[in-house]
Amino acid sequence: MQGEQHFLRSIYVLFKKELMSYFNSPIAYIYLAVFLVLGNWLFVKPFFLNGELSMRAYFTLLPWILLFMAPAITMRSWSEEKKSGTIEFLLTLPLSSWQLVLAKFAGALSFLLIGLLLSLTLPFSLNRLGDLDLGPVIGGYLGALCLGSAYLAIGLLASVMTKNQIIALITSLAICFVLFIIGQQFILVTVPVVIAKFFGFISLGARFDNITRGLVDSRDLIYYLSFSYFCLWLNVKLLEARKWQ
Amino acid sequence: MIEIKGVTKKFGEITAVKGISFAVKKGEVLGFLGPNGAGKTTTMKLITGFWQADQGQVLIDGLDNVTHSKESRAKIGYLPETVPLYDEMKVYEYLRFIASIRDITPEMILPRIKEVVEICNLHSVIGKSLDELSKGYRQRVGLAQAIMHNPDILILDEPTTGLDPNQIAEIRELIKKIGKEKTVIFSTHILAEAQATCDRVVIINKGQIVAEGRPEELAQALKSQELVTLKLRAKGSEVTTALATLADLKNIKIVSEEAGLTTVTMESSARDEGVALGELLVKRAWPVCELVRGGVSLEEVFRELTK
Repeated sequence: MQGEQHFLRSIYVLFKKELMSYFNSPIAYIYLAVFLVLGNWLFVKPFFLNGELSMRAYFTLLPWILLFMAPAITMRSWSEEKKSGTIEFLLTLPLSSWQLVLAKFAGALSFLLIGLLLSLTLPFSLNRLGDLDLGPVIGGYLGALCLGSAYLAIGLLASVMTKNQIIALITSLAICFVLFIIGQQFILVTVPVVIAKFFGFISLGARFDNITRGLVDSRDLIYYLSFSYFCLWLNVKLLEARKWQ
Repeated sequence: MIEIKGVTKKFGEITAVKGISFAVKKGEVLGFLGPNGAGKTTTMKLITGFWQADQGQVLIDGLDNVTHSKESRAKIGYLPETVPLYDEMKVYEYLRFIASIRDITPEMILPRIKEVVEICNLHSVIGKSLDELSKGYRQRVGLAQAIMHNPDILILDEPTTGLDPNQIAEIRELIKKIGKEKTVIFSTHILAEAQATCDRVVIINKGQIVAEGRPEELAQALKSQELVTLKLRAKGSEVTTALATLADLKNIKIVSEEAGLTTVTMESSARDEGVALGELLVKRAWPVCELVRGGVSLEEVFRELTK
């Protein structure tokens, strides 16, 4: 019990530092502003033309916005620590690599969560216009959190491999993009059935669509959870191997 | 306290450290000397557990630092060559973060920060952002970071590099002060520094230990081959013959001979502080222009050893 408490306490201290480091620089505010303005604008612009009171259009848009947002959040996570030499301090603390990785992940996820919470103004405003069906909205946000955590886990992994933030950004963007796109219909119809099945299974996108449609299947949630876990596990292994000099 | 046993570390084809062994006793200040690229930093990273040795073992208080990684890391305070500062933080924020991550209980955090600020003399910069600090202050904040959890062992990697002479003196004083209670290993490539601060010196070159001992002992060993340069108005051949009669002088060489002025160098192992040489010069009544002793300093031997 004491050990567990200690395990979590150290994570909490590091997590606070992570979150503080986001908000100590103006970049955090720029990210949030861009995320909110872009999302809301692209959604609201055609909203009144459609004449439909739902957020479906927003949740088709969100994966693409997250695709850029998540790698931008994580790109400096490890790269900056390596560049400034603070990684040497972190890795010689009497902590386990899991504690370090979980703290980083929790910091990034909380930042994303703040962005998503701020975007809640959208469903609240829509709800005033009429009766908004809340099921798909809750599903949509749950899906965004799942997809976001998978993106962030990939982003952390890319960041641990290089001390260059830009390389981390582009690598994670590319991986996220590929893993998202292979589940889209126009890809699935062009490849053989076996591969299509496989793509459909590993794709981050298809499952997101399910969840936003309001079909919250535990298998999809478990998939996102295990995908994120796998990336974080790789992250721990890479950190311990110290192969990134 | 710290035992390094036959430690080897390779990076691909390059062997950074080749089977080195040495021990540091409790409460000792050990100077780790060597030219750049000799393996000082690698050795320190092996002690702190940042890297693992390919062969050999590092024992911290008798515990292997790989199998008992957390326990041994908790005993060490480490100041890497690049001071690990989060530039976007303020000094007090940084110190508070260090204190909490080092498991200092919440009610002890403030008193401990005050102590550390006192020791490292950080009063005037406590509210400043870390990226505004001068190199000297950055180094001191780094040191404050290393001593925060009151570790038994301090590993300091080139703590005085890039500082001005006043700052160097301050950091040295600080190391001396801290070294009274703790085991300290610090690396440097400045010999005078090692001489001024350390109880013992280990000289490393190309990944191997080439000399080890107390600074005075090393200096004594060096003094036995002190270089003496003599410039005088006399014939070269006469001078060398006369000098050769003195038993304490070896390797007498004529460096130059022009316009009646002769310059000779010799290695002296004289224990009488050169009295015999003085007597000889007076007896022959040669006008002496220059007599320089101690041309061989620690620097020379260091260079000799690490060629």
